[in-house]
Amino acid sequence: MTDRPLKVLIAKPGLDGHDRGAKVLARGLRDEGFEVVYTGLRQTPDMIVTAALQEDVDVVGMSILSGAHMTLVPRVCEQLRAKGLGDVLVTVGGIIPDDDIEPLRVAGVSGVFGPGTTIREVADFIRANATPREA
Amino acid sequence: MTETSGTPAERAAALADAARAGDRRALARLLTAVENHTAVAEQAMRILYPLAGGAHIVGITGPPGAGKSTLVAALIAELRAAGRTVAVVAVDPSSPITGGALLGDRVRMQSYASDDRVFIRSMASRGHAGGLAATSTTAATVFDAAGFDIVLLETVGTGQSEVEVAAAADTTVVLEAPEMGDEVQAIKAGLLEVADIVVVNKGDRPGAQRTAAQLRAMLAPAGDTGRGRSGRRPEVLITTAMTGDGVPELLAALDRHRAAGSADDAPAARRARAAAQVRAVLVERLWDRLASPALAGETEAALDAVARHDSDPYAAADALLAALGGEEKA
Repeated sequence: MTDRPLKVLIAKPGLDGHDRGAKVLARGLRDEGFEVVYTGLRQTPDMIVTAALQEDVDVVGMSILSGAHMTLVPRVCEQLRAKGLGDVLVTVGGIIPDDDIEPLRVAGVSGVFGPGTTIREVADFIRANATPREA
Repeated sequence: MTETSGTPAERAAALADAARAGDRRALARLLTAVENHTAVAEQAMRILYPLAGGAHIVGITGPPGAGKSTLVAALIAELRAAGRTVAVVAVDPSSPITGGALLGDRVRMQSYASDDRVFIRSMASRGHAGGLAATSTTAATVFDAAGFDIVLLETVGTGQSEVEVAAAADTTVVLEAPEMGDEVQAIKAGLLEVADIVVVNKGDRPGAQRTAAQLRAMLAPAGDTGRGRSGRRPEVLITTAMTGDGVPELLAALDRHRAAGSADDAPAARRARAAAQVRAVLVERLWDRLASPALAGETEAALDAVARHDSDPYAAADALLAALGGEEKA
């Protein structure tokens, strides 16, 4: 453990307008001691990757309820790797069918969190799996 | 890649070179090093500080919800239209309880993802109380040395007395929303005193004109005492950041202030900034030495004695300074 906070980007890719979950998570992770960059609704993969790069985050968390995760999430993972950010932990939350979990893992997603996940579970997962940035 | 291997000095040199050559990831990494007070950051500053000084550092401050982030977004648009490069340091508060933070300023600055000439960095205040993070000024220096034309320093939502940004910036913009207070608010000491430009944002709301008129009247110098900050009266402008109304005028005012400043009070302002920076490093260095193995016992004992009221803070500080002197002689 380091004594400085881990930095987490919470983004909502795609076109659905349901950001309550993302906001609750952002607030919850704040209370768990993370520095949370919240970027809001309707993020393109380009916007998410640019924010991850400029903010030098340890974790990218995407909240997605529209069903477009199989299109958008692998694209974010690819672009992160292309920008040299392959070591950033990627997690996805929302309505993700079981069949999609394995392909998302293959694409580069480390954690998939469905309905009923507690904030504490997400926080513990991040603490256990994120690689803190070094410079 | 030498950015991640080698001594701190070698890593710092590699990162600084890459950042100055336009590598945005290296720039982001340097800013992380700065935020975390690492050895790499210190070495990098030795390279970058002499190269900085060309950027216009603009502080943007004001109460929560006045529209700072929205105005920054509108300013970015205006600056990009003029072909200038922009960096933003956007500070939000850290929780005093958990150390966590919610950094939400990017929400209003979405349109520049594919524009390499805009770089936005959120920072948590990490316990620093003056409206900025302790490392915000250093972050601005990194952007400056990396070649950005203008650095916008957006503070946390401030109250009446978070004036630190004025020492960090060449030009300080204080934002007010309409109907936020009467004329007496405008003549209180503090934030408005350090404003180079006062902006009444949300100019489409009723009362904006009246608020601006009150501010103009009350911010006029009360006789020439020669003691106010440069003795000038701040310009009062009205903007509607959501629509961009008034933003070209604000940019023109920023440029005017910078042009005037170079002949006017800029040397004094730079001297004040240098003093603040050196002082911050000095305090940090003193604490580090007091926490070093040689002195940690003595430091702890002195703090315990003050906590028990067996000693007082002044005596403890003198004793610790004497201990530092003894360390030097040894």
